[in-house]
Amino acid sequence: MTVWTRTRGSAVLLATMLAVNACGGSPAPSAGGQQGAKEFSVGLTEPDHLTPGNTSSSYSITVLQALFDLPVFIDSKGQPQMRAAESVTSDDQKVWTIKLKAGQKFHNGEPVTAESFADAWNAAAYGPNAWTNNYYFENVEGYDKLNPEAPEGSEEAPKPTTDKLSGLKVVDATTLEVTLTAPFSQFPITLAYTGFAPMPKAAFADLKAYDVKPIGNGPFALDGEWARNRQIKIKKFDGYAGPRPAKSASVNFKIYESRDTAYVDLRAGKVDLIQTIPPASTSEAKRLLGDRFVATPSGTMDYLGLPVYDKRFQSPDLRKAISMAIDRQAIVDAVFNGAFKPMGSLVAPLVPGYRENACGEACVFDKAKAKALFDKAGGFSGTMNLYFSNADPSYEQWMTAVANQLKDNLGIADIQFRKIPAADYLSTLRAHKQDGPYRNNWVMDYPSPQNYLQPMWGAGNRMGWESKEFDDLLTQANSAASMEASIPLYQKAEDLALSEMPMIPLWNWQDQSGYSDKISGVQIDAYSTNLDTITVK
Amino acid sequence: MRYALHRLLQAVPVFFVTTFLIYAMVFALPGDPIVALAGDKPLPDEVLHTLRERYHLNDPLIVQYGIYMLNAFQGDLGETFTGQPVSELLQGRWSVTAQLAVTAWIFELVVGIGLGVIAGLRRGGIADTAVLAGTTFVIAVPVFVVGYTAQITLGLNLSLFPTAGVDEGWPVSYLLPGMVLGSFGLAYVARLTRTSLIENMRADYIRTARAKGLRRRRVIGRHALRNSLIPVITFLGVDFGNLMAGAVVTEGIFNLPGIGQQVFQSIQLQEGPVVVGIVTVLVMIFILVNLLVDLLYGVLDPRIRRG
Repeated sequence: MTVWTRTRGSAVLLATMLAVNACGGSPAPSAGGQQGAKEFSVGLTEPDHLTPGNTSSSYSITVLQALFDLPVFIDSKGQPQMRAAESVTSDDQKVWTIKLKAGQKFHNGEPVTAESFADAWNAAAYGPNAWTNNYYFENVEGYDKLNPEAPEGSEEAPKPTTDKLSGLKVVDATTLEVTLTAPFSQFPITLAYTGFAPMPKAAFADLKAYDVKPIGNGPFALDGEWARNRQIKIKKFDGYAGPRPAKSASVNFKIYESRDTAYVDLRAGKVDLIQTIPPASTSEAKRLLGDRFVATPSGTMDYLGLPVYDKRFQSPDLRKAISMAIDRQAIVDAVFNGAFKPMGSLVAPLVPGYRENACGEACVFDKAKAKALFDKAGGFSGTMNLYFSNADPSYEQWMTAVANQLKDNLGIADIQFRKIPAADYLSTLRAHKQDGPYRNNWVMDYPSPQNYLQPMWGAGNRMGWESKEFDDLLTQANSAASMEASIPLYQKAEDLALSEMPMIPLWNWQDQSGYSDKISGVQIDAYSTNLDTITVK
Repeated sequence: MRYALHRLLQAVPVFFVTTFLIYAMVFALPGDPIVALAGDKPLPDEVLHTLRERYHLNDPLIVQYGIYMLNAFQGDLGETFTGQPVSELLQGRWSVTAQLAVTAWIFELVVGIGLGVIAGLRRGGIADTAVLAGTTFVIAVPVFVVGYTAQITLGLNLSLFPTAGVDEGWPVSYLLPGMVLGSFGLAYVARLTRTSLIENMRADYIRTARAKGLRRRRVIGRHALRNSLIPVITFLGVDFGNLMAGAVVTEGIFNLPGIGQQVFQSIQLQEGPVVVGIVTVLVMIFILVNLLVDLLYGVLDPRIRRG
């Protein structure tokens, strides 16, 4: 999800970089009259796929959330609530029973059953299908049979012998039993991710056709086909029996190449809702839109990773000194117009278990203390290379600010930039080719501390940081008796990662949305656009 | 006719060399496109393998190019990384760019030549000075500044044109982007016409024509302008290709789903087949338009036709 979103974002790089928001102008009073009654439009960037198992692009997800009801959804407080499921329960956190609500239908009239979920998940987990969300089924029993590894010395992986996950058992029409490879207390929360959506039997007859005309079980159904690069139209599904019927007749997703253009169209009244107001236009948008400007905290975080395997970065004190030498607020104000939030915690504020400044003084800017700690740790010798990708010009801007602060506050004289082509950046990090601090971005998949701690600090991380104690704490937390019981354990793991500081938290992103006065009931939160709640005046 | 055929044959090697060069350039871009697509999430070997196989990414450059060309001649241009057939993708997008380019081209032609004639005939006058100053300004300001300024003032604030998109169809949706895209070429056309006209107005045959007692309108229209347009037509021919390519920025600003947007996206995603497919057609258009221009010379100046 992470880089896909960023890559997509960079497709509008030209426009973003060069945006000239010279004239103020007046806000358009009302949206254009050419649209039909009770229809509103949403600005969108072209999605990659519309098969739920095959996309992690946030743009696809905006559409899919209107078309599909997942077993679970996340409420505005970050807590999992039941949607297509009646209950998700387990005694040992390893074998999970998903009870579905009865009487639900797909848009083509097919009933939604346990098998609809099993079919979709098997397809996503089946290696040769090469679907993006394959990885999310890694902890379901039988996953390795569907994704055999290439034998030593060969590029070619053998063909799987089966296309069904042995861990999925259809008990009856409304009961699905999922067996995981290890206890995982966060499992219910993951079921809110669109990769876990059900698919009707009709989908498997022609998966290619399904990708442009998906059939879901949500409050909206696709109206016609996805007109690539132009629009996706959806209409209210009359046979919907679930908990969130649509309050409008139809929605038209208008596809934009550039965020700036979408914003101009919002001002011209040609689009009713956009979720990507460019940071450069923040203050203007606030003034023009008033309370129709919505800032939503997001789960996305930026970090500064440190190559712990390089011996110059082996002292935790030195790593903390670098953290304390960075004035996060100043950078956020200068580069992001104050829209982002400086962070002293490894998880985003909207994640249950978040503690403000869990980090303590190691994440508070203090020039004198930073320098003292830096000198105590023996200072830094040689060239410090800063790594980031060329996907977006803002990376270089904030890295330049970090470089200047490290120069001024710690006296590191020789700092160089290593700007890596976007397509090469992650393989550089994975191969541990970086010998200096690097930009690390994370987009949340589901609001659990586990979703941050395990992929980024767990075994095989990019920093080359190893801590058995940390790994053990995660294992304990994953197998805790409930989600509540797991939180203190994740917090202990977070404390440990912060005290050793292999990766420095920087700031948390914010999404900026705006809407026209033609619609009301907009309830955008970090987890969903909630298009079903919107009414057209 | 033989001349035309000869020129077409010349185009064949040009076609192969350009397409191969483009393919090689996309091939040489750093990084593994499949890994980059996956972002931060790990991809199992099986998935990696299937995707690489599907897009022939394991083969050496010359083999990839060969497979691509072979399929292309059978009408199969491959598919994008998101699984959409390239031919279908281009179909949808070409018409948008073509309409945009034609709008810009007509704008350049009509307004450019018009301004050039006015300026050239009243050399040193207010109109001439205004045209010179205006065109210098347009050439100096980058196209995205012109684009955004026009969009905000003419589109948003004055509501004279739609701000973005193709909802209103041709010509309404294409007027403003066409003018922005054509503004750069327009400046050149106006200046070329002006200079060329001034030069020709001094020529002996114009004096002769005047001495014959022809009316001023006829002297300018039939004699001076016709000869003055040869360099302008050359420029317009070359510029038609430029317009197609220049659409990258304009299409971005005005959200026109044409090939300009697509080239930009596809280069970033390293989608060789898409880039090559688009560039191939661009090369062909470029060759064809310039062939037409060569043939047009004959119409304007009979001496070239006979030679």
